[in-house]
Amino acid sequence: MATITGVGAAPLRKEDLRFLTGRGQYVADMKRLDMAIGVFVRSPHAHAVLKGIDASAALQAPGVLAVLTGQDVAADGLGSLPCGWAITGKDGVPMKEPSFPILAQGKVRFVGDMVAFVIAESIEQARAAAELVIVDYEELPAVVGVLEAVSDGAPQLYDDVPGNLCCDWALGDEAATDAAFAKAAHVARLSLINNRLIGNPMEPRAALAEYNPGNGHYTLFTTSQFPHVVRWLMSALVLKIPEQKVRVVAPDVGGGFGVKQFLYGEEAVITWAAKKVGVPVKWVSDRAEGFMSDRQGRDHVTEAELALDENGKFLGFRVHTLANMGGYLSTFGPNIPTNLYAPLLGGVYTTPAIYCNVKVVFTNTVPVDAYRGAGRPEATFVVERIVDVAAADMGIDRVELRRRNMIPKEAYPYQTPVLVEYDSGDPVGCLDRAETVADVAGFASRKAASRAAGRFRGLGYSTYVEACGLAPSRFAGRLGARGGLYESATLRVHPTGQVTVLIGTHNHGQGHETTFAQIVSERLGIPFENVDIVFGDTDKVQFGMGTYGSRSLVVGGSALNKASDKVIAKGRKIAAHLLEAGEQDIEFEAGVFSVAGTDRTKSFVEIALAAYVPHNYPLEVLEPGLEEQAYYDPINFTYPGGAHICEVEIDPDTGVVRIERYTGVDDVGTVINPMIVEGQLHGGIVQGIGQALCEAAIYDDQSGQLLSGSFMDYCMPRADMSPHMDVSTHSTPCTHTPLGVKGCGEVGTIGSPAAVINAVVDALSHLGVTHVDMPATPNRIWRVIQNATLPRALAAE
Amino acid sequence: MRDFAYHQPATVPDAVALLGSVSESRPIAGGMTLLPTLKNRLASPSALIDLAGLPGLQSIEERSFGLAIGALARHADVARSRLVATRIPALARLAGSIGDPAVRHRGTIGGSLANNDPAADYPAAALALGARIVTNRREIPADDFFLGLFETALGPDELITGVVFPAPKRAGYAKLRNPASRYAVVGVFVAETANGIRVAMTGAGNGVVRVPEFEQALATSFAPEAVAHLRLAPDDFASDMHAEAAYRAHLASVMAARAVADALA
Repeated sequence: MATITGVGAAPLRKEDLRFLTGRGQYVADMKRLDMAIGVFVRSPHAHAVLKGIDASAALQAPGVLAVLTGQDVAADGLGSLPCGWAITGKDGVPMKEPSFPILAQGKVRFVGDMVAFVIAESIEQARAAAELVIVDYEELPAVVGVLEAVSDGAPQLYDDVPGNLCCDWALGDEAATDAAFAKAAHVARLSLINNRLIGNPMEPRAALAEYNPGNGHYTLFTTSQFPHVVRWLMSALVLKIPEQKVRVVAPDVGGGFGVKQFLYGEEAVITWAAKKVGVPVKWVSDRAEGFMSDRQGRDHVTEAELALDENGKFLGFRVHTLANMGGYLSTFGPNIPTNLYAPLLGGVYTTPAIYCNVKVVFTNTVPVDAYRGAGRPEATFVVERIVDVAAADMGIDRVELRRRNMIPKEAYPYQTPVLVEYDSGDPVGCLDRAETVADVAGFASRKAASRAAGRFRGLGYSTYVEACGLAPSRFAGRLGARGGLYESATLRVHPTGQVTVLIGTHNHGQGHETTFAQIVSERLGIPFENVDIVFGDTDKVQFGMGTYGSRSLVVGGSALNKASDKVIAKGRKIAAHLLEAGEQDIEFEAGVFSVAGTDRTKSFVEIALAAYVPHNYPLEVLEPGLEEQAYYDPINFTYPGGAHICEVEIDPDTGVVRIERYTGVDDVGTVINPMIVEGQLHGGIVQGIGQALCEAAIYDDQSGQLLSGSFMDYCMPRADMSPHMDVSTHSTPCTHTPLGVKGCGEVGTIGSPAAVINAVVDALSHLGVTHVDMPATPNRIWRVIQNATLPRALAAE
Repeated sequence: MRDFAYHQPATVPDAVALLGSVSESRPIAGGMTLLPTLKNRLASPSALIDLAGLPGLQSIEERSFGLAIGALARHADVARSRLVATRIPALARLAGSIGDPAVRHRGTIGGSLANNDPAADYPAAALALGARIVTNRREIPADDFFLGLFETALGPDELITGVVFPAPKRAGYAKLRNPASRYAVVGVFVAETANGIRVAMTGAGNGVVRVPEFEQALATSFAPEAVAHLRLAPDDFASDMHAEAAYRAHLASVMAARAVADALA
């Protein structure tokens, strides 16, 4: 009998042996004998007219093979970077979609915008030559903030995008929301900023491309979360070469967080350049380059209003957001602050009327796109913050206010007023459990002890829901998606009964090689060790939309489950033949096919062998071989959620916030590997703590230079900032995914910022503080305390 | 990083001779500041003169008046030295709080003093303790050594070989670390020395400075309360994206009080 390591087991991760022993295969490590190295010349100006490029000195520098510019791109008739989402604004006005050239044409629009690509025999030669490229810029005034960008007289990035407004978008019933506000007993108001973040995966981006003139094939090795999409978009829309002649490989990738789920100009330029110079070309971003070119995240300015009746029941919610897109539209850019944001504004509450207006705005900054959570952390932050504001306004306990408005478990499926229908959930159950685990009952005495020591202690709640498992294609298509969002899996059973899975998702830290093997082990009843997972290579894997939006298990895992169904169905036919029984009498359990009610059996291995040695086999009606492929298109998003409780202590003398304990009780549906889920939660929560307490991309508002452009100035969360986290799951299985899974990759990042900031505000509430913007740095906290106490001190004098 | 020549002199005179003869050359000890600068192509010396192999400069020795620490002693060496912990415990604690473990195992005391980063820790200790910086040519009192932003009294072909620290009666150090860079946003070192109370502050602006206001207050009463509410003028403090001047000025008092508490602990 085979040993199954299936659903609910927590084996060590298969992939860790190679990662921990230095056997990973990363793009930056790859070499080719005659490989050249490329360096991008990037704009030092945030906004300038590109008047000319003189590459003559660079071309004569030692070892230089070529200098490519926007002129060469135009001469070769290449396309620009496509945007994967075409959102439509109020009154049916389509978004403005200016071209995003792979090398700048006419203008540069952010510091780091690419103007030339220098290729030389060595990195030193390429760098030296890049400094010899003379670019004639006519500097223009720059604008970096959304409020400034939409103001009268602001510098204009595009002649045909008046007011820098890409799209004036809205969701929800405005009239119904207005009516709700008209009858409200109280309206809570909140202005907030959702700080811009830089993903900073541990491995910077890199690419290596080669061209084979013998067959016209291109190969691009790249740090990507979705190699098939890179191939599709790059071949069809940018380079205009046959898709089947391009192979894109994303080998081991050292973290993504969204940063690597876009088609980047660098990928297209390098692939194009490999043919032009006739040798393989490689580029590796350094950290400084990553800061100025990796797509960034968040960056909202929001005004929110919540209407409540006299009992604190939410009547209506109105949100106006300005969302920063940066200088160009990136692959998913306009989708993030609209479709992935506004539909989550219902939260876990029964708010009947919601209206959200989002102005999507261009600025002279790095393009903004998806970053872990992508739209949903922003929505959660608005909802969970204003609930606390409303509670304080009305003198109702914030937990009680939440409970009065939470969707009860029995009300699921629950249709919100903002498109989405939650299939399942139990926010009250999560909250109950979290309050117990967090020892909320003991908080008052801990707070008193802190107070006695001159410190302020606070408790913050975030009872959140998110939408993931991107995405039902038809639904996404209605919202403006230009692609599908299904996933595919091939389950290849070898003659020995061993299995290779070829799947369209990409594993870059999530533990797919382990989790997916557990699914196969469970379904086919074969040892976990007998299953290998292959991903990340368009020549091996049929197709795939890749990994982002907590979709790999939900959509890819469902495809794999569906392929397992097909394998079992075929195995049943083979078994029926071998066991001389009717197909309907064949049972399959734990890797054994049997005739119901008898002891006649065939093991999975015997069936696999029979499929490949079809001597005694129904060849007239059944093909030999045992390999099945499935595409799965989800019928709905999944809606993980939960309750996070954060406890902080603030040193009022320095403004330093210390997280004393952190509790998360999350509903991620069925858990395949609890250890991996716990790891995903830990990482996600720390990323959310980073946003809440320390991370901020700061641009100089005059020059448009990124001031926080290194780890000396951009504060990543560190181990010594990370609290003990008590995370657990309280699951209601998803009703529409075959495995009941909901996804867990982003929940930590989505739930945590509001929990942390709510705790900070709670700690300072005795001073009359009602809001603190992120990141809650020591200086900001000190300033908030000063501003809150100074007027009182003056009044007392 | 651009190409450079690399020299490994065997003696201090050889190192000084190389610095004098190889134009555009730079000495390197731990390289904790110089290496990132080179990697970002913000400096491009023609040659690096590696001091790591110079003999005898890593020692930590007791003297009647205190300690003599070799220029190449690494922060981790100072942090875990029993001698330092016995004679000037605040100095050991300071060394153990510099940067992160990687920095502490590469960075050297001589390198830190010669670099004189305006937010570095060691300059505050050297200045408050009235240390003397020993070079291949002379001894320079700390009061004359630090000349502002990354500037010191070192001549072009002058190398620090060691630092001598008079042991204070008591001393303490406190700082608020920048969570990103781990440099001090503001750090204050207080010392009760044979020559009276000396207080030095780092991170505040253009380099380490003594703080007469704190020194006078502590001379009257060596207690945290003596400085906790003594407000310095924000005008004298730097303002940047990490900390506004008023906050730094406030932190100066807080850190001074904590440093006194540290000294009294």
